[in-house]
Amino acid sequence: MVPLNWYLMLSATVFMIGVFGFLTRKNIIIMFMSVELMLNGVNISLVAFSHYLQDLRGQILVFFIITVAAAEAAIGLAIIIALFRNKSTAHVDEMNEMKG
Amino acid sequence: MLAKLFFGYYAAVIILLSLLVVTRKNPVRSVMWMLLLFFHIASLYLFLNAEFIAAIQVIVYAGAILVLFLFVVLLLNLREELKVKRFIGSWPAGLFVSAAILAIVINVIRSFVLVAPPGRYSIEYIKEATHTKALGTILYTEYLFPFEIASLVLLIAIIGAIVLAKRKTRSH
Repeated sequence: MVPLNWYLMLSATVFMIGVFGFLTRKNIIIMFMSVELMLNGVNISLVAFSHYLQDLRGQILVFFIITVAAAEAAIGLAIIIALFRNKSTAHVDEMNEMKG
Repeated sequence: MLAKLFFGYYAAVIILLSLLVVTRKNPVRSVMWMLLLFFHIASLYLFLNAEFIAAIQVIVYAGAILVLFLFVVLLLNLREELKVKRFIGSWPAGLFVSAAILAIVINVIRSFVLVAPPGRYSIEYIKEATHTKALGTILYTEYLFPFEIASLVLLIAIIGAIVLAKRKTRSH
């Protein structure tokens, strides 16, 4: 039997790789994919907890997280398309309209 | 022993693939590595006896969200993309922050022990009722209201995506 701690360590590692990608990449699409990576890291730990606690509520939570991730991807990519139409770039450095 | 071997393979491949996703220069390659990553995560869910979650991981993440990403990548100018640097100037700071938080969290997890009475959804129960039925029973009784809210979230996402991505028509 694989200990629960291993699953949690894997989940934390995937989550922090996502954080690293979100903090350091210039391309806004890759930043978005890093967010999806972080959501997947959380899902791994929720399913592992659900299995080891013998309680299906963790998997219900995963179901809702996947729903929200789909909605977030649709809205976020629409925002990226609108941005790209105005600036014709996908780099976050060049988006400084809100800077005072 | 065999279970640990399987877990080791999946953990190593998942970590390697997530590193590839965040470090590749070409976004199309990132999306492709992410496709492989999602299949490995789905296999890990099968390993944890969550068949339904593994199925929707493949259908929703790999089938819907990644295709959406691929479409948006196609709209961007890849020629320009490949010329500029992929990381921001202060990327060592980001690496330091995420590595430090990871070290803290892993140190905490190492001494974590699960002390809780096991719930009623044991493997035998799920095997008898089938996983999808057991999950559906909870979803449509105990979590009916959140389920309705989820449908509203999806509706708003559809309308919002159309409104945001629609080309503005000039009326002069």
